[in-house]
Amino acid sequence: MHPAPSIIAFTTLSGLGYGLAAMLGLGLLDPAAAATKIAHVSALALILAGLLSSTAHLGNPQRAWRALSQWRSSWLSREGVMAIATFVPLVASAWLSVFEGRYLALPGLLGAVLCLGTVYCTSMIYASLKSVDAWHTPLTSLCYLLFSLAGGLLAAGFFALCAGAAARGLLFAALVALAAAWAVKNAWRQRMSALVPLSSPESATGLGPVGSVRLFERPHMTENYLTREMGFRVGRKHAAKLWKIALVAGGILPGLILLVLLVAGQGGALAGLAAFVALACHVAGVLAERWLFFAEARHAVMNYYGG
Amino acid sequence: MTSLPSLPTPKKLGLVIDLDTCVGCHACVVNCKEWNTGGYGAALSDQDPYGADVSGAWLNRVHSFEVVPQGGEIVGEAGEARIVHFPKSCLHCEKAPCVTVCPTGASYKRADDGIVLVDEDMCIGCGLCAWACPYGAREMDLAAGVMKKCTLCIDRIYNETLDEADRQPACVRTCPANARHFGDLGDPASAVSKLVAERGGIDLMPEQGTRPVNKYLPPRARKPLAASAGLLAEDTSGATGLFAWLDRMLDRI
Repeated sequence: MHPAPSIIAFTTLSGLGYGLAAMLGLGLLDPAAAATKIAHVSALALILAGLLSSTAHLGNPQRAWRALSQWRSSWLSREGVMAIATFVPLVASAWLSVFEGRYLALPGLLGAVLCLGTVYCTSMIYASLKSVDAWHTPLTSLCYLLFSLAGGLLAAGFFALCAGAAARGLLFAALVALAAAWAVKNAWRQRMSALVPLSSPESATGLGPVGSVRLFERPHMTENYLTREMGFRVGRKHAAKLWKIALVAGGILPGLILLVLLVAGQGGALAGLAAFVALACHVAGVLAERWLFFAEARHAVMNYYGG
Repeated sequence: MTSLPSLPTPKKLGLVIDLDTCVGCHACVVNCKEWNTGGYGAALSDQDPYGADVSGAWLNRVHSFEVVPQGGEIVGEAGEARIVHFPKSCLHCEKAPCVTVCPTGASYKRADDGIVLVDEDMCIGCGLCAWACPYGAREMDLAAGVMKKCTLCIDRIYNETLDEADRQPACVRTCPANARHFGDLGDPASAVSKLVAERGGIDLMPEQGTRPVNKYLPPRARKPLAASAGLLAEDTSGATGLFAWLDRMLDRI
């Protein structure tokens, strides 16, 4: 599948934003601290940037509001509805923290639940597609949720350290979430490399009973919408390299930094800086992971295009 | 409304494509583009139409496949290997996955005849329906930013200003080999249903669970190439008449 930058940026940024907002909703940070206020604003900004980026790939973005109507059948519509519903408690929580220095459990917890619900809807847009074997598994949703949580915990830990709080619990939780996210992602990737495609050129053409089928000529000499959108192929060696980069940047480096922070205890500005580096590495790693999520997935239509 | 109509629809209009007779001339492809670029919805735009990297939206495309039986390798060398021309357009599935994923309600399946359509005024061009379709039946029109697909020539088949003979999809009307047939596949007495029953018509990718309405008639069994090579054979024992006399005379020289 074509790795569209707008979609990669959207799932990464909004995933991180929703994760951070969910942690803030749990009331784990001091609502009166300046760092927490910045955290609230950052979470909303990340979510908004992600959502705006997602409209960049639409053919007619001015009609995007129509996407809120089909929540009964469409995961994309459900995601849109959930995203807007989630803004209500998130903005309420942010307002309380920024202007009144208070935390209220009702908007906080409601926001946290809706955040995870929105991330789940995003993941189901992909996981519900039977035409893409690699995506069509509950592990896809689990990956999206765990990456969102890991990023959110990491960001919350960073903001807690900035506020001068003892963030051992948050940092430890971030470490656990990070390990869980990459373990599930590894299982997802192993499933993908081991799976037998649901459809083959033989079943796609119905010519299996005659013999083995291979493409002789494409319908047209040049590329078309389908081959550009669904026929993206990434070299195996590059995929392997990118996977290592994603794992090291997104998992191992931030994990090591978290370990050092946990062992070495607190340390003011330096600890904050280290947590920021860990967060930045994680985001870079997740961007690479998302790129691979699209680039490595094979669509059933390629059975008609010799791919 | 992107929920599917309750199944089955009273009529199941669709195509039956005969892979035995299709000669791969692409006339259906061209006539489809011709009719639909001036018919229902936005024109089917082309990008860089006179340049080196031309591409555009098409609702019907003909692929060509090489089918190699067990033991065969290359066409011409293996006895039974053959080329099959394979026209492909929307199959108007009963359980169309492209319809249910649509976030805006632009994609829908008609409850009365089962035709799957896009209301282009509601389409936001997100492309998710094209991802959901395993057959590649939907293509984005890059100029209009909306999704295009086969309408089964809805502006022909019900069009009473056309001659009766022309009230069928453009691809069917134009096919010089009569490889394409249009009708109601929900009616077991219809000509297309009988054809499917007689020739063992099949579904494409039944494992995807889409229950396509369009059916494909598999190519008939063909005699091996070796069976047609009689005159080229070394053995003249079967020769009769003039050839037998010539054979005998030449042998004596």
